[in-house]
Amino acid sequence: MNGARVEFRGLRRRFGSTVALDGLDLTVEPGELLALLGPSGCGKTTALRCLAGFEHPDEGEILVDGADITRVPANRRDAGMVFQSYSLFPNLNARDNVSFGMRVRKVPAAKRHARAQELLELVGLPSVGDRYPHQLSGGQQQRVALARALALEPRVLLLDEPLSALDAKVRVTLREEIRRLQLSLGITTIFVTHDQEEALSMADRVAVLRDGRLEQVADPATLYDRPATPFVAEFVGAMNHLPGLVSGDRVTVLGQTLPVEGRAPATAEADVLVRPEAVLVTPDSEGDGIVMVSSFRGSTARLRVRLGDGTEVLADVPGHDSARFAPGTAVRVGLVERPVLVSARSEPGAAAAVPEPDVV
Amino acid sequence: MASLTPQVTTPAGSAPARGGRPRRPRVWRGVVLVIAAVYFLVPLIASFVFTVKAPNQGFSLDAYGKIFSAEGFGGSLLLSLGLGIATIVLVLLLTLPAAVAVRLGAPRLRPVLEVVCTLPLVVPPITFVAGISTVLRWGPDYLASTPFYQTIIAVQNPDFPVVLVLAYVVLALPFAYRSLDAGLGAIDVRTLSEAARNLGASWPHVLLRVIIPNMRSAMASASFLTLALVLGEFTIARLLSFETFPNWIYRISGSQAQVSVAVSVFSLLITWLLLLALSSAGARQRSGV
Repeated sequence: MNGARVEFRGLRRRFGSTVALDGLDLTVEPGELLALLGPSGCGKTTALRCLAGFEHPDEGEILVDGADITRVPANRRDAGMVFQSYSLFPNLNARDNVSFGMRVRKVPAAKRHARAQELLELVGLPSVGDRYPHQLSGGQQQRVALARALALEPRVLLLDEPLSALDAKVRVTLREEIRRLQLSLGITTIFVTHDQEEALSMADRVAVLRDGRLEQVADPATLYDRPATPFVAEFVGAMNHLPGLVSGDRVTVLGQTLPVEGRAPATAEADVLVRPEAVLVTPDSEGDGIVMVSSFRGSTARLRVRLGDGTEVLADVPGHDSARFAPGTAVRVGLVERPVLVSARSEPGAAAAVPEPDVV
Repeated sequence: MASLTPQVTTPAGSAPARGGRPRRPRVWRGVVLVIAAVYFLVPLIASFVFTVKAPNQGFSLDAYGKIFSAEGFGGSLLLSLGLGIATIVLVLLLTLPAAVAVRLGAPRLRPVLEVVCTLPLVVPPITFVAGISTVLRWGPDYLASTPFYQTIIAVQNPDFPVVLVLAYVVLALPFAYRSLDAGLGAIDVRTLSEAARNLGASWPHVLLRVIIPNMRSAMASASFLTLALVLGEFTIARLLSFETFPNWIYRISGSQAQVSVAVSVFSLLITWLLLLALSSAGARQRSGV
């Protein structure tokens, strides 16, 4: 099976007074896994439902391999979907659930049973064919739902937060498996999620949506290292806003002078955006900073350090070092020598008010 | 010491109470059961005794034997069952798609539908039948040859009075709608139908293959309530002069009191059997899922 190219062109959809999609333009390349990432209410699910045919855009069109499918009814679209909530038919066992679509298309029973068994094996559940949904765990149900979505060999696979109802461990295994399957089948896949870690770890490209508009679409590394907008910088990973002085293509921040990445703002005073892992802290009794909070996360510990001038900086240190950075420890703070992003100065107080978008 | 005393007496005092607490509800349970049993069983036993007591010979099942040979028994029972089945089919055909459509397409209309479907409970049957008979009697002579008039005549055919089916559908609406709505509430209609649509199913297919199979017990209870209503409805059939089963019992009670009571006991038995069959059908579906 080959993936199709999917294009959203100027998609608009409003529900009453809320605008879910505000002119979304996005192209998904054949065979790629694109994650639609954004906070709740950003329109990511609406975009997916427009593609599946459960919502109709007020304006704009959706093209699959160049063909306009905006007005095609949901049951005649070539897209398999896995839903957020458990969606298996409770009256059918796993095998019949998987073969439902084939039954609609009047595939002979023997053939569709063989195919269903093949798909159940593909999702790692060869022996659950006779079980009913209520006899399966949440993870197994979503696997069967994935097999069901793949049964008709669709050219687009739509995943609407399929992992959000599962517990953390199952979520990680299943997302790796989805990715493995997607790569081996080469099917164009759109994955809606609000979990940035999920998006960054699975996707070929990540599209960040905000208020129904596309903020940035890029591969995970670019998105993380070079966020196009402050919103993306905040939403994907944690970000420090440090006051800096720009001169030419260099910026002075925390006493260091670093090259500016991309465009430098017009004003001299600017915010320098630095990831917590690019902040170096060393215990130093002469140091300017004091560790306020240390939260241990296993492989790393995230420190909140207050500097002499009152600025607060988030810094990640290796987990095994966390003992050296107990709250109250005096530390010296530096930055990794590499180009930094600079944005125009945000309003006073805004930097402190930015919530830390934690890994879910 | 003063502070110690209550500490000592509290556990001592509460121990017998704790022991007695479970026993007291059990006693009350028994009392409630006995009262309920007396309330329901005494009339039944009295009816039964009345039917089997012959004036001179003591015990006799003659009255039950006479049921089947009594004139009009088979016809009226079949008529009532036929009306019941027709009503069930029609009320399900009306309410199920409506309830599904409202849930999927216009959730805001749900309270409206609920009120509309509950209205028949508020209107007394006597008002209802007065309206119906007025409509049926209306029709000036010059309309006699029109299809409209023919229709009015046809729905009053005493062999199968369609007008009763229409009236019973209205009466059954509250029960049918409540059962179906509860059944729809138990499944995620939206996600299930979207999943089915996504797999290529048309709307009729979604309804037949996805929603109805998952609504079997709700539909069984809607059907049973409707059937029980039709088998017991007296006012409307009586005032429109159709001889349904309850009306036949009423008529025969004038001439053969014993047989009419025997029929009542017998019809109660039939109703119970139907209830048992329907609820076991529902249970089988539930355990099969």
